Amino acid sequence: MDYLLTEQQAMIRDLARKIADEKIKPVAAHYDETEEFAWPIMKILADSDLFGVYLPEQYGGLGGGILDMCLVTEELSRACGGIALGYAGTGLGTLPILLYGSEEQKQRFLPAIAGGKKLAAFCITEAEAGSDAGSIKTTARKEGGKYILNGTKQWITNAGEAEIYTVIASTDKSKGVRGASAFIIEKGTKGLTFGKKEKKMGIRASATREVILTDCEVPAENLISREGMGYIIAMKTFDSSRPGVAAQAVGIAQGALDHAVEYSRTRIQFGQPISSFQAIQHMLADMGTQVEAARALVYATARMVDSGARSVAKESAMAKLFASDVAMKVTTDAVQIFGGYGYMREYPVEKYMRDAKITQIYEGTSQIQRNIIAANMIKESIKK
Amino acid sequence: MNIIVCIKQVPNTTDVKIDPVTNTLIREGVESVINPFDAYAIEEAVRLKERCGGKVTVLTMGPPQAENALREALALGCDEAVLVSDRKFAGSDTWATSYTLAAAIRKIGDFDVILCGKQASDGDTAQVGPGISAHLDIPQVTYVKKIEEISGTVAKVERMTEEGYDVVETPLPCLFTVVKEINTPRLPSLKGMMRAKSAKPLKWTAEDIEADPAALGLDGSPTRVIKIFTPEQRKGGEMLKGDTADISKELVELLKDLVI
Ligand SMILES: Cc1cc2nc3c(=O)[nH]c(=O)nc-3n(C[C@H](O)[C@H](O)[C@H](O)COP(=O)(O)OP(=O)(O)OC[C@H]3O[C@@H](n4cnc5c(N)ncnc54)[C@H](O)[C@@H]3O)c2cc1C
Ligand SMILES: Cc1cc2nc3c(=O)[nH]c(=O)nc-3n(C[C@H](O)[C@H](O)[C@H](O)COP(=O)(O)OP(=O)(O)OC[C@H]3O[C@@H](n4cnc5c(N)ncnc54)[C@H](O)[C@@H]3O)c2cc1C
Repeated sequence: MDYLLTEQQAMIRDLARKIADEKIKPVAAHYDETEEFAWPIMKILADSDLFGVYLPEQYGGLGGGILDMCLVTEELSRACGGIALGYAGTGLGTLPILLYGSEEQKQRFLPAIAGGKKLAAFCITEAEAGSDAGSIKTTARKEGGKYILNGTKQWITNAGEAEIYTVIASTDKSKGVRGASAFIIEKGTKGLTFGKKEKKMGIRASATREVILTDCEVPAENLISREGMGYIIAMKTFDSSRPGVAAQAVGIAQGALDHAVEYSRTRIQFGQPISSFQAIQHMLADMGTQVEAARALVYATARMVDSGARSVAKESAMAKLFASDVAMKVTTDAVQIFGGYGYMREYPVEKYMRDAKITQIYEGTSQIQRNIIAANMIKESIKK
Repeated sequence: MNIIVCIKQVPNTTDVKIDPVTNTLIREGVESVINPFDAYAIEEAVRLKERCGGKVTVLTMGPPQAENALREALALGCDEAVLVSDRKFAGSDTWATSYTLAAAIRKIGDFDVILCGKQASDGDTAQVGPGISAHLDIPQVTYVKKIEEISGTVAKVERMTEEGYDVVETPLPCLFTVVKEINTPRLPSLKGMMRAKSAKPLKWTAEDIEADPAALGLDGSPTRVIKIFTPEQRKGGEMLKGDTADISKELVELLKDLVI
């Protein structure tokens, strides 16, 4: 389908696709197996300027928006959803600075991110604050010109690898979510350490660790916006980042689908390619239709974000919900089309199924997305 | 350090077809790309610049659409591009091609290193690089697989041979032709592609490079192509079947028939 991309967007997509095909595909199974972080690929993405596609030109970016970022994430995810997350996770960690950072903060942090010299991470989740992100226990106490942070963030993507961490902590417990604030913490800051690397079902090339803050001293100028804005910053960040997760889901689904179509043409049973069986054909038709519908929703949502629309919470949640469900369904069916071979790790499709699952969980589970969608629908109805 | 890299636009196929009537390459309907070996020359040029500073000028002789190859090279990190293009160049053989390129290089002026691919995937002669160095009267090292050391006036390079490699020291300026073992070419960057899109390569004619008209194109080409053909494929051998004793006898008879 023609999505009427600009010339620059088509260029971005084509370059990301080239990197995915030539550089990521050949190593995807290796990184899945070893769970190593794919630094050589991050270097290639950096050299190609892809880390800056959504950042303004004055900070060394290419001046595009969320759609540009989605195009890259989708193409990379077609080859490996885990490696793609090193890229997308950096976007998530960067958005709070881009959306709410001061001019000084943007000048300090964005150029290195745009050039791919530094990765970023976003830290809100804690052991007892997942979906209920408002109940975080990490605290930030102001002392003179700095804040002292204490607490443990859990399952943080890019933790340990990234240089720049945006962290949500409570500056005023008594105010609940209105007492949360957002901080930028640089790797190397005293009191910032990392837990062991988690072993995961999928996206195994992605690094997931605890971020441990022990009397971590953060200069006051690293507070994003002002005290009490943390929860709003987090929610607005998710509104802009969820199309990216959705794009990751579309890419994973497309990658699995491409394998399934090809395999169905070459696998012979009962003297004919299995693609000649209508049962397989219909499965492929449904998969293709679902992926295209998801892509259309993701691009439309991304464009809405880029247009500067005031509220995109509902649409972003819809895009993530739909695309991640499609990814799970399509990758499961891809394994089905591969039959027993699909279940074997020697073949590529079971990885897509493992990788797809996370898109229904992080940056808000599918249940939470439905809560957001319904809450907004009801709110809109009351306003009428 | 001023580096010049010579690239050639070639048809994107390893299976080049020859027009049986004119005995020239059939280029119609085939996508044009940078000669694969020249991608290594471009990469090495950009790496030399990153290593020693300076600038990279990419040069090609070809029809107007060869500008696309130059833009691609700019996207990969070359700084300036020169297209020498003129109807008078049509029909150039390797002598005339290298004469023309040498004249263009003289016009570019200041240079320390000239890089060429080992050979072109269509013409395949591997003569143009050495030809340029002869016309310019500078040293050349062919089949370079590593530039070990390079300073303002000398370079030490590894030159691939069939058995291994030679280490050669040469004064600069010097022309190197490179083999694919020398590096892994990078992918283009978005900013490079953007810069390349709006860049305006210099376009020089025969007059601009002050070339001797008699040395150009078909007239300036001493090569006469009598015939170009694809050699007939060797047919597969014959397998003898049966027990060893029978086969041995049969073989001896066959060899006798062949009078070997
Ligand atoms: C690989 C990985 C990477 C991650 N990366 C990051 C990161 O970079 N930064 C970060 O901050 N966090 C990250 N997370 C955390 C992630 O965002 C949370 O896991 C997610 O928000 C869900 O929280 P939870 O795991 O605590 O599940 P819970 O909140 O405990 O949910 C358990 C189940 O209950 C359901 N549920 C909970 N509340 C409701 C409700 N109100 N209505 C209906 N159903 C409900 C959920 O949908 C789910 O099915 C990551 C997680 C993983 C697994
Ligand atoms: C037998 C024969 C007959 C031919 N007849 C004709 C003919 O009638 N008409 C005709 O048009 N062509 C003809 N050609 C093609 C023409 O001679 C060559 O294409 C041209 O001279 C380059 O030689 P090559 O392709 O062998 O390059 P090589 O010598 O193999 O190339 C080596 C390197 O030189 C550089 N280089 C080569 N060509 C260029 C260029 N144009 N610009 C910049 N750098 C370059 C590149 O770095 C390249 O990697 C003929 C070729 C042969 C072998």
